[in-house]
Amino acid sequence: MIPSIPSSRFFRVSYLSYVTLFFIFLITPLVVVAAFSFNDALFPSLPWNGFTWDWYLGKGDPRLGLFHDDALLDSIGVSVQVAIVTTMASLALATCNAFLFEREQFPGKNFLYVLMLMPLVIPGVILGVSILVFSSTVANWFEVQFGYEVEALRPGLVLVTLGQFAFLTTIATLVISARLRKFDITQEEAAMNLGASRLTAIATVTLPFLKPALFGAGVVAFLMSFENFNTTLMLVGSDAPLTIAMFDRLREGSTPVLNAVSVLLMVGSACLALVSLFVQRPAKP
Amino acid sequence: MSKANGNFNRTQFRLGFWLLLAPIVLWLSLLIILPHIDMVLVSLRERIASRQYGFSFGNYTAFFTEPLYWNTFVRTAVMSILATVLTLIIAFPVSFYIAKVLTGRPRIALFILCLLPFWVSELVRTYGWMILLRETGLISGALQWFGLADQPVEMLYNDVAIMVGLIYTSMLFMVVPLVTTLDSLDNSLIEAGYDLGGSSWNVMRSIVIPHAMPGIMSGCIVVFMLTLGNYLTPTLLGGKSSLWFTEQIYTQFITRFNWEQGAAFGILLLILSSLIVWLGLKITRQSFTRVMS
Repeated sequence: MIPSIPSSRFFRVSYLSYVTLFFIFLITPLVVVAAFSFNDALFPSLPWNGFTWDWYLGKGDPRLGLFHDDALLDSIGVSVQVAIVTTMASLALATCNAFLFEREQFPGKNFLYVLMLMPLVIPGVILGVSILVFSSTVANWFEVQFGYEVEALRPGLVLVTLGQFAFLTTIATLVISARLRKFDITQEEAAMNLGASRLTAIATVTLPFLKPALFGAGVVAFLMSFENFNTTLMLVGSDAPLTIAMFDRLREGSTPVLNAVSVLLMVGSACLALVSLFVQRPAKP
Repeated sequence: MSKANGNFNRTQFRLGFWLLLAPIVLWLSLLIILPHIDMVLVSLRERIASRQYGFSFGNYTAFFTEPLYWNTFVRTAVMSILATVLTLIIAFPVSFYIAKVLTGRPRIALFILCLLPFWVSELVRTYGWMILLRETGLISGALQWFGLADQPVEMLYNDVAIMVGLIYTSMLFMVVPLVTTLDSLDNSLIEAGYDLGGSSWNVMRSIVIPHAMPGIMSGCIVVFMLTLGNYLTPTLLGGKSSLWFTEQIYTQFITRFNWEQGAAFGILLLILSSLIVWLGLKITRQSFTRVMS
């Protein structure tokens, strides 16, 4: 079973083939998606008609390539905007939360901590729906009381951002707290003994120490916001982020341009993952 | 920090505390607590006339009296449990291989390979399975090529396709906790089990699995939650026959604009998922804060 325990050749070979099969299962769908973005056919299916760049560079119907498909490019832009705002906001709040939970003692702290973890166990659809219901209640109340329509509280990008922020903050808080726990507080005290104010000490000593965690949490938040579907679906208005735009196309039965988008997503997240590995490595204690 | 530093004044510290507390309270109350309370309120009302609402349990009784709703709910729960069990069975040997059989670089490489598919979105993963399973897809093509089928075979839009998609989508959330807990098991304990004459099966049953239990449970809870709340995979791979409960919620909210009924469905799903998570934690005596952090 483990290398130090002798086992039959048959067992070892069948175990290895099981693991190999598992990885084939894991990787095949992705390889297939990538491969069909280069198939010279109108549908992402067999037969294989040869290699083409059309689904990236094609200029017009019926072979509108990704880089000329304005609707898809716009939706990528929307996703990037939403992801940047959500990431920034959730990092800011998560840093506050980390300091609160790691440094302060106060009554009800455990209760607050459990509440903070709640978004992890609320299904995305329900989180989206509850925010939709509540924001519309508030918007209706404003309308009745002041006769003023708060556009931001109706389905749209503001709500999408808020919905994603609601659960990404929890994930970011966990990552940043874990790092802050490892910080040796005497460093901060030394800085203050040398005359730094508390804020200066945090800004010059503690925050640089947290940087790898902030970056890691930022990458995770960005990617999760970019690919979020369930919460976004419930809160989306007329501007569709990429996942929603792709979903609508998929239901219409789309061309391999979606495969091209998928390849772009794979390359994008692989690059982000590599960069985050690179940034986090030298700072490791 | 409060005790160690006498040299900065107390009011400043309290102000700092309130400044840290305010954002989290705002976040939790405005985006988590109040929305859910509001959803409960909406689920308990009934439209009497235009813009006129009264209190009623009607949305809940509608759920229990309409077999379609009820069946979809039970079906979603059963399929989610099945998907969780199958994911565990498939993932366990692989996690054991990574944690216990491999060492050094191959080990890290395989672990990262496990994570790779999950850096691309769920939509792309599901889309990959659509290309594989559809009538004109790769598996159908391969079957014809090998002469095992004489015409295109449609493999999408059935429960097996949904199941494959669900298992594929949640694999990561099972493998990671399993590898972590198996990793912390000392190899000498396994060797001792053999030295004392235990068979592979006995060692597995009385040493490895009890040790891995926290990982097994946290993996199962997360996978179950994500499967139950999944919308994309059942809808795309199951087509019209998917009958997933989140789809019912979507239909009530977005298609029919019956928010009262949709809110009731949402609450029911939330109760079901909390109940299962609570049961899982009780059975394994785990604490919520430990499993989730």
